[in-house]
Amino acid sequence: MADHSKANAAVHPSEAEGVARELLVLNNRSLGWITDRICGIVENRQPFIWWVLFVPSVFGFFCLLFSLVYLVSTGVGVWGMNHPVAWGWDIVNFVFWIGIGHAGTLISAILFLTRQKWRTSVNRASEAMTIFAVMCAGIFPGFHVGRFWMVWFLAPIPNSNAIWQNFKSPLLWDVFAVSTYFTVSVLFWYIGLIPDLATLRDRAKGLAKKLYGFFALGWRGGNRQWRHYEMAYLILAALSTPLVLSVHSVVSFDFATSVVPGWHTTIFPPYFVAGAIFGGFAMVLTLMLPVRKLYGLEDLITAKHIDNMAKIILLTGTIVGYAYIMELFISYYSANAFETDAFHMRILSGPYTWAYYCMFFCNVIAPQVFWFKWSRHNLWMVFIIVNLVNAGMWFERFVIIPTSLARDFLPGQWGYYSASWVEKLLFTGSFGMFMMLFLLFLRFLPVIAISEVKGVLPESDPHYPDWKHLREKRRGSSK
Amino acid sequence: MSNSSSSSNELFGYVAEFSSATDLYHAAEKVRDAGFRRWDVHTPYPVHGMDHAMGLGKSWLSALVLCGGVTGSLTALALQFFTQVSLYPTVVQDKPTNLFTIPAFFPVTFELTILFSAFATLIGLFALIMLPRWNHPLFNSPLFSKFSNDGFLLVIEARDPKFKREKTKELLSEIGAGKIEEVTY
Repeated sequence: MADHSKANAAVHPSEAEGVARELLVLNNRSLGWITDRICGIVENRQPFIWWVLFVPSVFGFFCLLFSLVYLVSTGVGVWGMNHPVAWGWDIVNFVFWIGIGHAGTLISAILFLTRQKWRTSVNRASEAMTIFAVMCAGIFPGFHVGRFWMVWFLAPIPNSNAIWQNFKSPLLWDVFAVSTYFTVSVLFWYIGLIPDLATLRDRAKGLAKKLYGFFALGWRGGNRQWRHYEMAYLILAALSTPLVLSVHSVVSFDFATSVVPGWHTTIFPPYFVAGAIFGGFAMVLTLMLPVRKLYGLEDLITAKHIDNMAKIILLTGTIVGYAYIMELFISYYSANAFETDAFHMRILSGPYTWAYYCMFFCNVIAPQVFWFKWSRHNLWMVFIIVNLVNAGMWFERFVIIPTSLARDFLPGQWGYYSASWVEKLLFTGSFGMFMMLFLLFLRFLPVIAISEVKGVLPESDPHYPDWKHLREKRRGSSK
Repeated sequence: MSNSSSSSNELFGYVAEFSSATDLYHAAEKVRDAGFRRWDVHTPYPVHGMDHAMGLGKSWLSALVLCGGVTGSLTALALQFFTQVSLYPTVVQDKPTNLFTIPAFFPVTFELTILFSAFATLIGLFALIMLPRWNHPLFNSPLFSKFSNDGFLLVIEARDPKFKREKTKELLSEIGAGKIEEVTY
């Protein structure tokens, strides 16, 4: 026992040989450097490329507004949906955006509970991504109800018709799940932001100081505050973990509890959740790879972070691949003629087989490259694969939704669905809105959780014996 | 509101700076042992083990959250039960609207439990740490603003029964404080 503590005193566990772990912040950066670098993004002028991205994003946002105004003022007929395909791009895009949100919650909550300290440099941006993605998602079901001004019928409010919602319907569960998810994500994000807003407040001047100060709520970083704060953070992580799993399960119930062949499968909840995390991580990497390069954050978001995320993509992508194959197997094994036919048409004879193979290639085959270490460390390779995954996950939802509907039970009710220009403009516009919000987030808020990253430095541990040596070394290297 | 400390005003306390988390940790242990009550350490991030060094117990925020969660569950069950069973039974596909309907109410019950717990966390946190409070004597101290960057600060308030203007200052430099600043109201 005595020997053990002596060994600990001599060498910090993170540096002991044999259990050596890669440091999470490279190049011996100090606390002050972390503050300066992350706050600098907000305080300095944005790089030119920020404007190059921002202007088209705002344009895209206006496209979104235009297509919505056109939709409401003309009628839902401007969308390409008709009998038998009544759920088209609207629901595809809804599930797509909701799914993207899930990686943010996974990083902020599940990786927090499992003590994955590397999450600290990516959690803030991915939580922001979650919130913006859920905002995009909310647009689609909201407008797909047809009469947008009647959307309040979804809420259990006493009304003059004395009608109440059907709480046995998965569609209503979805309303509760998605709105709870959005609210809790915003609370979690905001509580995480408070200490960093205080950092910005203490550096800013004039109006910015007032604004950051207002939202920092007068944070003083005392340990008597931190101890409750840490408990709150832990509790929110513990609440968000089952929440995020429930949200996509409930989304999948919209399909799984119906009797449509191709939707009516018990594998849907886990398969949707794995797919959501898979697609979400792809979007996190799509955003973070350029951000890291653009703002010089290589010491904070290191190769290790990218490597870890690529591994998660590989894992969840393989789970998704398993689900695709299991779906096919069960449809064969069930010996149910409708079920077998639905999947036969999905992969062999139906009108949308091209979408199935796009999906299968992007989601199952492409990420297998990440078995190789070189591919996880080649940023271009990672960027290409994650964008294939982004596309693949959209195709997955397309394959599930219109493909199953286009072949109804009777051949007389068969049809083919393709999106109209309004739906396409709306989807493009939702990307514009997402990018616009994300770029504004980069401009005004700390993209990396400053206080959390500081906490994972070796010297931040009060039991770290060698901080004086570390500081000397740092002084030497800066000379 | 004056931004600089002037001796004419009443003393709020001392802000003392330490050079590292380790030093602050040991200093906190000593201040704790000296029997002070109205003091705190201010750090850029939560320092591991500091609760122990300061002699603080576990936060009981979780109890508040439990109350929030139970309220959420009961609200959801009541809402669904009264609307579905007594106020407006919706019979779809001949599914029952009675006690056996409860399994169908689980998803919404779960979501509202989480929602109410999350709000209980937020409100409970603000109540326990007494925020928002935009104005505080510590914001008058130029040294204090370092806490959000790389400062490891220890604050002892003059309201503390053990506080003595000279002796406390000596204690602070004894336990390794670098810069010590007086903060006034």
